[in-house]
Amino acid sequence: MYTPHTEQEIKQMLNTVGKDSLDDLFESVPKEIYNTHEMNLPKSYSENELKKFFRKLASENKVFESNFLGGGCYNHYIPSAVSAITSDSRFFTAYTPYQAEASQGTLQAIYEYQTYMSRLTGMDVSNASLYDGATAICEASIISIAETKRKKVMISEALHPEYAETLASYIGSENIIKVPFNENGLTDYEVLKSKLTNEIACVILQNPNFLGSIENPNKIAEAVKQNKSLLVIAINEPYSLGVIKNPRDCGADIAVGDAQSFGCSMGFGGPSLGFLTVKRNLMRKISGRLAGKTVDKDGNEGFVLTLQAREQHIRREKASSNICSNEALCALSATVHLSLIGKSGFMQTAENNLEKAHYMAKKISELDGFTLKFKSSFFNEFVISCSKETPEEIVERMASKNIGGGIPLGRFYPNMKDCLLIAVTEMNTKEDIDNFVKELSEGVKK
Amino acid sequence: MTKIIFEKTSEGRKGSAVPEKDINIAEISIDIDEEMKADKIPDLPELSELDVIRHYTELANKNICVNSHFYPLGSCTMKYNPCVNEEIASMRSFTDIHPYQVESSVSGNLEIMYLLKKYLCELTGMDDFTLQPAAGAHGEFTAMLMTKKWFELKKENRTKILIPDSAHGTNPASANMAGFEVVQIASNENGTVNLDDLEAKIDDKTACFMMTNPNTLGLFERDILKISEKIHSKGGLLYYDGANLNAILGLVRPGDAGFDFVHLNMHKTFSTPHGGGGPGAGPVGAKGKLAECLPLPKIIQKEDKTFSLMYDNPSSIGRVKAFYGNFLVLVKALAYILSMGKDEIANVAKLSVLNANYLLKKLEDIYEIPYGKSCMHEFVASADRQKNIGVTAIDICKRMLDYGFHAPTVYFPLIVHEALMIEPTETESIQTLDLYSEILHKIQEETEKNPDLLHEAPHNMPVKRLDDVTAARKPDLAYKK
Repeated sequence: MYTPHTEQEIKQMLNTVGKDSLDDLFESVPKEIYNTHEMNLPKSYSENELKKFFRKLASENKVFESNFLGGGCYNHYIPSAVSAITSDSRFFTAYTPYQAEASQGTLQAIYEYQTYMSRLTGMDVSNASLYDGATAICEASIISIAETKRKKVMISEALHPEYAETLASYIGSENIIKVPFNENGLTDYEVLKSKLTNEIACVILQNPNFLGSIENPNKIAEAVKQNKSLLVIAINEPYSLGVIKNPRDCGADIAVGDAQSFGCSMGFGGPSLGFLTVKRNLMRKISGRLAGKTVDKDGNEGFVLTLQAREQHIRREKASSNICSNEALCALSATVHLSLIGKSGFMQTAENNLEKAHYMAKKISELDGFTLKFKSSFFNEFVISCSKETPEEIVERMASKNIGGGIPLGRFYPNMKDCLLIAVTEMNTKEDIDNFVKELSEGVKK
Repeated sequence: MTKIIFEKTSEGRKGSAVPEKDINIAEISIDIDEEMKADKIPDLPELSELDVIRHYTELANKNICVNSHFYPLGSCTMKYNPCVNEEIASMRSFTDIHPYQVESSVSGNLEIMYLLKKYLCELTGMDDFTLQPAAGAHGEFTAMLMTKKWFELKKENRTKILIPDSAHGTNPASANMAGFEVVQIASNENGTVNLDDLEAKIDDKTACFMMTNPNTLGLFERDILKISEKIHSKGGLLYYDGANLNAILGLVRPGDAGFDFVHLNMHKTFSTPHGGGGPGAGPVGAKGKLAECLPLPKIIQKEDKTFSLMYDNPSSIGRVKAFYGNFLVLVKALAYILSMGKDEIANVAKLSVLNANYLLKKLEDIYEIPYGKSCMHEFVASADRQKNIGVTAIDICKRMLDYGFHAPTVYFPLIVHEALMIEPTETESIQTLDLYSEILHKIQEETEKNPDLLHEAPHNMPVKRLDDVTAARKPDLAYKK
């Protein structure tokens, strides 16, 4: 499949290279390991068989008609025009723009992406993307460790637990100091302050945090600054930036997170879009690709990959990160998505999320057997505690009604086995919400 | 230059419709911490849908890509990306699935992951795979964390990673990120690992030898069995960087050659598109007990034949990413393996090696080929001869763009002067290779007769040669009004 060679052409080419057979091309491979194993793979599928095969597998998945799952991956509306652009082969079948003159499209799109992320986070410099939110906090930690020459990273227990686990793999759990959250679902300021030492390179605060609560980093920022540590604000629902202050205004040195919400489908969790933006003083320590504007030899403006002296292909073991491929096509999705919805679409969506989530929270809290776990303010995600049915039972039951019923939190927090994390987006109509609430109350009656 | 999208804004213009609001806000109370309320609206442009489509189509026009051009970018395996794989991966039942849905509602996805893992094990001779890493370098880093964990479990203090001088920059960068010391191993006069240097540098602090085989010169490390024995006799691990697996896919299994663990690039060998720089996927496989160190969660088949994610294993390094990996990329990789099947999978290696050797023969009269008369799936030419008459490798690359070809990888590997690393892949036809050769001969003529044509190249791209120095000196990384 996908090879154009005819028998005749193969002969002709072998003749040119002076070999009798294709196997002769592999003379440098020791006989003991060459073609010694018969591959136990299925026979080759025709295109039609392939589609049938995957259709069958697809039918074993369930796309929920209304979905209330969040936790770092959100079901948002994606205009059709996004995939119209990202499925243009001139974008998706190109690679990293090493030959700038032949890649001005990709490079300008990256520059625009960097502009979007800088503007949304209020920071000066954005890279061209990272793998996802989890690895983005790791890269932010590595930058902070290099900048401060300190070893430890402080995180809140209200940081996405899978981000925390990823960070433990990256920098070692012995280098992570954890701060608990209080009864309002907010990072405990007093504990945080008491644990700030001159070993702490940075403090990572997710906002809204994994529990959906909106943190107020003002006091924390001050304490962190006094301690000469860096403040990293992580965001994995960037539509929240229509409602709450951006990381810059909260005193962050680095803003990171996941921008899957902008034009990337949920895709079972990947690919998504890690982002990283920094203040100007950290520009030369940033990880990942950067597109920059320059001029050509006639003085016309154009774009190149720049500040590459930080990168692995130049600096090898001294590089600021090992990253090579990033999530360029996802960054393009985000760029096109933001361009399409524009200022008013962004604000309408942000407000819509906020309003629907508050409507749903109110409706659920009116039910017998359910309470809002935290009193803090929230954007589009909140925690309920369930006294009559376990969250696991609820989501199984909801699944049978074609509803994605939220995320039971017991798997992440053993002392929150009665808690369910619910996300509401513009995709959930008032009717979907009312239905969910009705289903919830049905269970209680049983 | 196309105006920046922000310059095209028109105040009050509406773009694509987003879902309408349907909540009566009088019914609810929204109580946001006053100090945290945004005091300004994000400064996004205001455009119509057609404005946006025109803008990005205009940008697309300025790219060259695999679908439009021969793209022999060495080490990147820019093969054709089958259309059917895109269609399959864009099915709603794959795109609109949340990673935390109950397992019973994602059986299809779990089976896809399980099958892919099983076939990758078969193709590489490994016992288990993780699909979590998002790219090749991410896979390397995962492997380095596994190395660290492996020796922690064995209570051995090993601090060094050996890496050939021809290796990709990601290898030493990944080793360093995991806290190892990097020890460079020299290449010999044939372009393969210098066994004496290896012998001299290997010791009881050696944790792992990272190898790319064939290496970045496009040469098979013919001493691999000796190397494997040497590393293992010192208690070290042998790692296979899968960047060049395309050369041996279906013919040689790294596991059979003594490698303990591998990473593979789905976006190279397994035909998933490069996306302008990602997303890729970099699954990591391992043999025997080392497989216990692979990240979690792990996809397993239960006794009742259903699939599940397993989160518990104290020997694991933990996770390296949220969720399970770049799933939609993995779907395409599985589709590719199935379309090749057992009958055709080895053609990938055979024909990619045939194409590279054919091109090498066609070009050896104009370029010096420092290492050998034959190659695997790619070869490295040197423009040293041309440099002597004032034309550099980069000049030649820029001129290729004028003639409708993407350039090879340039100035890599570092051990070859004026390197041009050429990888045609198996999906290119003899006609394309002949035309490419013809054009390179024409460029050679220009090099000798009219070198300024090359110094000034490219001539027919959307921009002339760009100034990298100014870009780095005065970084302009975001549009400002």
